[in-house]
Amino acid sequence: MAKYLLLKHYRGGPTPICDLPIDEWAPGEFDDHVRFMGEFAARLQASGEFVDAQALAPTGTFVRSGDDGAPIVDGPFAETKDLIAGWMVIDVDTEARAHELAAELSSAPGPGGEPIHEWLEVRPFLSGPPEHGGDDHTACLTAD
Amino acid sequence: MDPVELRELVPHAIRVLVRRGADFATAEDAVQEALVKALAWGDSPPEDPTAWVVTVAWRSFLDQARSTSARRDREARYDARPPAGDVPSTDDSLQLHFLCASPALTPSSAVALTLRAVGGLTTRQIAEAYLVPEATMAQRISRAKRTIATAGVERPGDVRTVMRVLYLIFNEGYSGDVDLAAEAIRLTRQLADLADDPEVHGLLALMLLHHARRASRTDEHGAIVPLVAQDRSRWDTERIAEGVAILQAALGRDQLGEYQAQAAIAALHADAVRVEDTDWVQIVEWYDELLRFADTPITRLNRAVAVGQADGPRAGLAALAEVPDDVPRWTAVAAHLHERDGDLALAARLYAEAADRATNQAERDHQLRQAARVNQRLSAG
Repeated sequence: MAKYLLLKHYRGGPTPICDLPIDEWAPGEFDDHVRFMGEFAARLQASGEFVDAQALAPTGTFVRSGDDGAPIVDGPFAETKDLIAGWMVIDVDTEARAHELAAELSSAPGPGGEPIHEWLEVRPFLSGPPEHGGDDHTACLTAD
Repeated sequence: MDPVELRELVPHAIRVLVRRGADFATAEDAVQEALVKALAWGDSPPEDPTAWVVTVAWRSFLDQARSTSARRDREARYDARPPAGDVPSTDDSLQLHFLCASPALTPSSAVALTLRAVGGLTTRQIAEAYLVPEATMAQRISRAKRTIATAGVERPGDVRTVMRVLYLIFNEGYSGDVDLAAEAIRLTRQLADLADDPEVHGLLALMLLHHARRASRTDEHGAIVPLVAQDRSRWDTERIAEGVAILQAALGRDQLGEYQAQAAIAALHADAVRVEDTDWVQIVEWYDELLRFADTPITRLNRAVAVGQADGPRAGLAALAEVPDDVPRWTAVAAHLHERDGDLALAARLYAEAADRATNQAERDHQLRQAARVNQRLSAG
């Protein structure tokens, strides 16, 4: 099993297929879109593949430590180049399954009830240390 | 009560309920419920824990059967049955293993179901070990039971599929409050008692030999310690001796298989008092044996490492050239061999690339440290 992050970008991915901004959709279309996402999450729950789903507020601030250790805040920025809207985390048997689920989520309905074919970024999690590793011997020298 | 003793009651109770005519899925749920209640015993278990678990599970099963109106007739039938006198056989135990390792299940489902029904873990413990929400794990298990209710009975697993499931559990290691490697060893011991197959003994030996080196594999911060730098005084000599004895008895039966061959390689490592005492020539020979049973790119990659030790880095690189370069750790092995061959600039680049390609954090950190080390050697000239 491996965990994957399905990352939803508002901006920053490849050119979107559906270029009508979401605030210009008909209210019913928006509701259908949201309902689809909820049903998708419920299907993942039922298949035993769901780990987490979160949405993010669009504006954030940048923070770093100053010389005295106190936080220095820059922003908030609303117009960053890459805007992450939210994510889902899934736990699946294969990468192919992760792609299949991403494609399913990407086909959420948009204007006219048509699938928006939204680009989703799929990122594998780095797992914990392999306790023994089926490939233990590889590693005779490199890692064991 | 010792948690392991309690876990052993779980498959027993499931078999008793199934013997009494309960369907596997409901029986398994009922026993899980009884197990969760039993965990509250603390230091004062009932006089006969086995009878307690069976009785509570049976009651819970009847409740569940009662709540399903369609089962009313069956309920009457169950109530009329005498509740005791059921002794499951060895064959039942093996069947339970086979059912949970049905090839109709995905690997993750087979693992989860085996841990719950054969291993006696709670859903929460399994969820914590695999870092998923408890509700997700519960769904995965009920789905698995639905799958075997339809397809698994016609397609039960066999000793091979059970071994694969146990090896997957073993490799998962440790997170949450259950040591899955130790749990896999316990279940493989059981399987070795039930099934007279030298490969099962080979798998048990392999697990013991790997597990014996666990304490030396990471430092106190969780960083990987490569074999060459491991403190061999921290190896568990008792486990090594047990693993070697089990392996030798298995090899004596002259039915070699992949697990015995892998265990033989692990035994040769365990046998070396110092890393320079490692018998790499014999390790290469065992890899050649292993290729007869499991000719996979990963086996060939491992073999290339051994060849590099036995015959020098150039020979290792030649062996590596025949392995597809998309195998995990290929770049790490290439980096290591080029470093030994003296090409530090290439090695540093490959270590950094190996870090990018690592699939777990400890290995990524390890490869980054290697890259930094070689870069430092380079700049020191």
